[in-house]
This record gives sequence, structure tokens and C-alpha cells, in this order.
Amino acid sequence: MFAIFKTALRAIRRNILRSFLTMLGIIVGISAVIVGVSMGAGAKAEVDKQIASMGNNLLIIFSGNMSRGGVRGGFGMSPTLTDRDYETLRREVQGLAGISPEVRTSAQVAAGNQNTQVSIWGVSADYADIRSWKFQSGDNFTELDVQAANKVCLLGKTTATALFGEGIDPVGQIVRIKNVPFTVVGWLAAKGANAFGSDQDDCILMPYTSAMKRLSGDTKFRAFNVQFASAEVLTEVTNQIAAILRQNHQITPDREDDFSIRSQQEMSDFANASNRIMTLLIGAFAGISLVVGGIGIMNIMLVSVTERTREIGIRLAVGARARDVLRQFLTEAVLLSVVGGALGIGTGYWLAPLLTKFAGFPTLISNSSVILAFSVSAIIGVVFGFFPALKAANLDPIEALRYE
Amino acid sequence: MEPIIKLEDFRRTYRNGSLEVHAVRGVTLSIYPGEFVAIMGASGSGKSTMMNTVGCLDRPTSGKYVLDGVEIASLNRDELADLRNRKLGFVFQGFNLLSRTSALENVELPMLYSRPAVSARLQRDRALKALGLVGLADRADHFPNQLSGGQQQRVAIARALVNEPRVLLADEPTGNLDSRTSVEVMGVFQKLNEQGITIVMVTHELDIASFAKRKIVMRDGVVRTDETVAHRSNADEAIAVLEAEQKAVHLA
Ligand SMILES: Nc1ncnc2c1ncn2[C@@H]1O[C@H](COP(=O)(O)OP(=O)(O)O)[C@@H](O)[C@H]1O
Ligand SMILES: [Mg+2]
Repeated sequence: MFAIFKTALRAIRRNILRSFLTMLGIIVGISAVIVGVSMGAGAKAEVDKQIASMGNNLLIIFSGNMSRGGVRGGFGMSPTLTDRDYETLRREVQGLAGISPEVRTSAQVAAGNQNTQVSIWGVSADYADIRSWKFQSGDNFTELDVQAANKVCLLGKTTATALFGEGIDPVGQIVRIKNVPFTVVGWLAAKGANAFGSDQDDCILMPYTSAMKRLSGDTKFRAFNVQFASAEVLTEVTNQIAAILRQNHQITPDREDDFSIRSQQEMSDFANASNRIMTLLIGAFAGISLVVGGIGIMNIMLVSVTERTREIGIRLAVGARARDVLRQFLTEAVLLSVVGGALGIGTGYWLAPLLTKFAGFPTLISNSSVILAFSVSAIIGVVFGFFPALKAANLDPIEALRYE
Repeated sequence: MEPIIKLEDFRRTYRNGSLEVHAVRGVTLSIYPGEFVAIMGASGSGKSTMMNTVGCLDRPTSGKYVLDGVEIASLNRDELADLRNRKLGFVFQGFNLLSRTSALENVELPMLYSRPAVSARLQRDRALKALGLVGLADRADHFPNQLSGGQQQRVAIARALVNEPRVLLADEPTGNLDSRTSVEVMGVFQKLNEQGITIVMVTHELDIASFAKRKIVMRDGVVRTDETVAHRSNADEAIAVLEAEQKAVHLA
């Protein structure tokens, strides 16, 4: 075995430039595998972080049936969730830690001579807790503010900066939304972008009652944000909510729900789907490079078999069996591809951080991707080395010896 | 005594499309252990074709070939490879050494394919011993391109001997050598033959054939004559004569 390995190594070293060029396809392919997998893993880690930033043990109940109109189709329909639903859920569901309706509108907001277009979220006093919003200064609005539809609001970091300037505490200031003056009672700490890439800090939160009555005129909610007490009660809570809403909306068993319940897990899956497409594209690129690399190896091995016909004849004459010759050339092909694979892994290791640094892609190299890349390169060696090796093994000893 | 090589009405026909070449057409012949046979004949008379079958590199088109009691026709490729490895040693006209591979490693080559496997240390010991036998122990780590033709052929002989074969087969072993080195190679052959190895050698030079004990002449694929060499040459004496001649040339 050692002798076979030594012979293979010698054959590769003899044509070092040719061997390197042959490996190039594998190097490119394997580094694409490493980079691709690391981008996928990095993006997933990022999404998981963002999903976690939404808060813990979260359910979102959307208006409309998402499975019917495509994943986001529900947003386009007129809302179906009512005040009555809110009251019933709040009263009857066991295992709730918090619940908040959600209405959204977008409006021009002005403070002093600054103004900006902001998305406005009408929510309950539970919302900040449910979504783990921290306060930079000031405090949340209260249940009383909700009941009275008071003109109070919380500013996200980005919005506060746009209206009052970087780092200036807006608490106590007045902002005019559609010419209605609202008092800023809280300044929200920064959260960053969400899983779908939009800035979570570019917002104004206010009591949903205020948003509905004073700004949008909506009478129904687009969603409920629900926090359940612990992971164990997730299914239980989901079932209770579904049952209550179906009853409230008088949905008979033969009809589809006019709401959709999404857990954090499902939302993270959804966000990851787009990353998966990117991973898939890189995977396809890697696959093509690897096939091209494999064909390169097959080609060079065929050349090598022809060049070394006489050597094969000599080996056969002194007693090598077909399988000995096969094994030798297969070893050589696998060595080529595995060395190429190792170089590719090295290149990938070097490339992935650069990608993060210069293109801002999150990357995460895992041991499993290295093992995967290594196995893939070995398999390519076997697959594409097999035909040339078989050709060598089946040479006729007399003709091989006579070959010039 | 049983013959080590036994051919019975051996025929070999090559087919190139519709063209048939009857390279060997009916040879019956027995070679016994300890013989040193020279096969002679004009180019194209079928010598190499016969040697290929005797060497288990090829199989008869018809007829029988029995090597050391084993009928060859019934063996598969691997079994033939095994026979070549254990019972036969080859010496070729063109040496056929692996280039960029040391003399020692060239001699070790047959042992890579031996079963049961030979340990690396034993391979080395046996290869060095075989090189010693042909007088090249001190050239073990030389590469073929650092050796003269005669030395290369002696490395090839060491390679042929390393698995202690029953028969040494040589197809025109002196074809690429000058007369002096040819005689030296014949010296190695005679020494080995004295130690009991059977040798079958193809040559078209009469004076080379005279180092053998038995001479077979072929023509058009059949054996013409098969006789004991009457006035056998001795390589040591021949070298002495050559040296004396050389001295005479220098003196003159
Ligand atoms: N592979 C082959 N295919 C066709 N004809 C062959 C082949 N090998 C040898 N021959 C023919 O068989 C005859 C005997 O060849 P060979 O045994 O090589 O003769 P020798 O070694 O005595 O010179 C020649 O006519 C040669 O052309
Ligand atoms: Mg010939």
C-alpha cells in the first residue's frame, strides 16, 4: 500500500505544473463548497440571531390565510382580526405571557423643522415586553394610555435620530404625526435589521387605539403578537387560539381559517428560505466546477495511462494483477483530487473571512463542511479516476510492453 | 524427470481483420529443469510469439502448454499474473527498467505483487542480494540513466531473479549490447544456470547461442533443428580471450 502511495506521489510530482493545473477545477469547486456552506451557515446564524431578537416564545397571528394566497398573501387582504378576538383571547387562553394587537400605518412625522416618513405601529402595552424592546430612556406607555387612546408614542433609534439628531434624547418632546401632536414617552434601544433586512429601529410605536382612531381609521388588526409562558405550552396555546378564533369568526370545519398562526421557528424557516436559494446557487456553481475538475482529472489520467503504457506492461509482466494496476491509478487520481480538495479547503478558509470583510456576507466555516468537502473530493477522484484506471488495468501486457 | 516447460502442437495465429498470420504452427517441445536453451531463427520466424506464451503473457491459439505441471489454457488473467510472479523471470532486449526509479526499487518491483506480501525490509534484503548476484550491489541507488547498457541489463536480470523463479526467459537479451557486455551477460546466465535455474533465451547471434547447452532453430513458425551445443563457449574464458586481444591491440 505504501509502495502504491509512493509511486502515485512520484507520478504527481514528476509533472508538478500539470498536476496543479489539473487540480485547479477541484480547487475552485471545493473552495466554492467551503465558501458556499459557510455563507449559508453564516446567514442562518444571522437569521437565528435576528429571530431571537424578536423576543422569546413568540407566536404571531396574521389576518388572512397565508397558505392560500402564497406566503405573504395575507397582508394584502382586508384584516379579519377584531377587538372582540383580542378580548376573548386575552380572557380565555391559558398560558399567555402577553398579547398585543398590531396595526400599521405609514405617515409623515415632523418635529421642529425636521420631518420623515415613518412606519407607525399600533400595539398594546404588552408589546415592548413581548418583542424584548429595551428603553434607551423614558418608559413604555401604559394600559391607561391604551384605554384613553392618548397621544403618546415611543421612538425607534433611527426615527429619533432623523427627527432630533444623533444621540439626542427625544423623551418629552412633541412629534406631529399627520398634524396630530404626540408626546414622546420612550426612546427605544437599537435592534438592527430584522431577518428580512429591514431596519427595525425606523419606527414609532403607540397605543393601537391611538393609531386606529387618530391616524389610520382602521377598525381591525393585521396581527396579534402573542408571547406564551414556556416552550411546553406552545402547541396548547396555538390550539386554544385557533379554536377561539374559528369560533369567533364562525368558521365551520369545512372552511379554511381566515387567520394564520406562525411560530418563531416557522418565521426563521421562511427567512432562511431565501438564504437557501443563495446556498443552492453557490452549490450549483461548486457542483459544475467539481464536475469540470473531475473531467480534468479523468483527462490527465488518460494521458498518464498512455504515457506510462510501457511501465504498465512491465508491471504486468512481473506479476501485477489487473486490480493492482487499477488500484495504483485510482490512488493517483484520488491523490490528485484530495490534494486539490485540501488546497480548495485552504482557499475557502482564506476567502470566507475576506467575503465577510469586503462584501459584508456573514460566514461561518464548520468542521462538517470541511469533512464534506474532503469526502466530495475523494469521491470525485474515485469516480473520474475509475475509467482511466480500468483502461490501464485492462491493457494487454504484450502490447503494453511493445508500446513506444 | 518431468519437463518444466512442455509444448504440444502449440499454435498461435494472429488475426488482423480478415488477415490471418500463423506465427507459430505446431511446435512440440520439452525443456527440463537445469537446461539452458537458445532459440534461434530469422526475424519473423515466431521466436517472440513462442516466448510470450512460454512466459504466460499470452495463450496458445491451439495446442497445449504445461508449465511446471500446470496447464495454462485453463487459467485466467490473475492466475497467469501469479505464475509470472512466482515461477518466471523476464529479461528483455530493451531492459525495460522503470526510469526515475533506483536500481534497488526496480529489483523490488516483482515483490510488490507477491502474495503473501513481502515486508519492506525483506524486499530490500532480497533485492540487494539479487543485485549482489549480478555484481551490482554498489549501484543499488543508481538510476537507470546513470548506468551503462550492460549494467542496466544486469539490473533487469536481478529483477528477474528476485522472486527465485524456476525459469528465466530472455528475448534477445544482448540485442542492445556490444560484444564484450554481451559476453558478460552470458557469464551471469551461465553462473545462474550452474546454480540450477532453467534458462530459455532467444538470440539471432550464433556466438551468443554457443553459451547455451541446447540450441533450437525455428523457421516459419516451426522447429527446424533441436540439438545439443557441440562446442560450448565458456564466458569466463571468452572474456579472458577478449582481454588478451584488447591488450594486443594496445601493444600493437
Ligand atoms: N500482435 C501481432 N499481430 C499480428 N501479427 C503479429 C503480431 N506479433 C507478431 N506477429 C507476426 O507473427 C510473426 C512472428 O513474429 P515474432 O514472433 O515476433 O517473430 P520473431 O520474434 O522470431 O522475430 C511475424 O510475421 C509477425 O509479423
Ligand atoms: Mg522477436
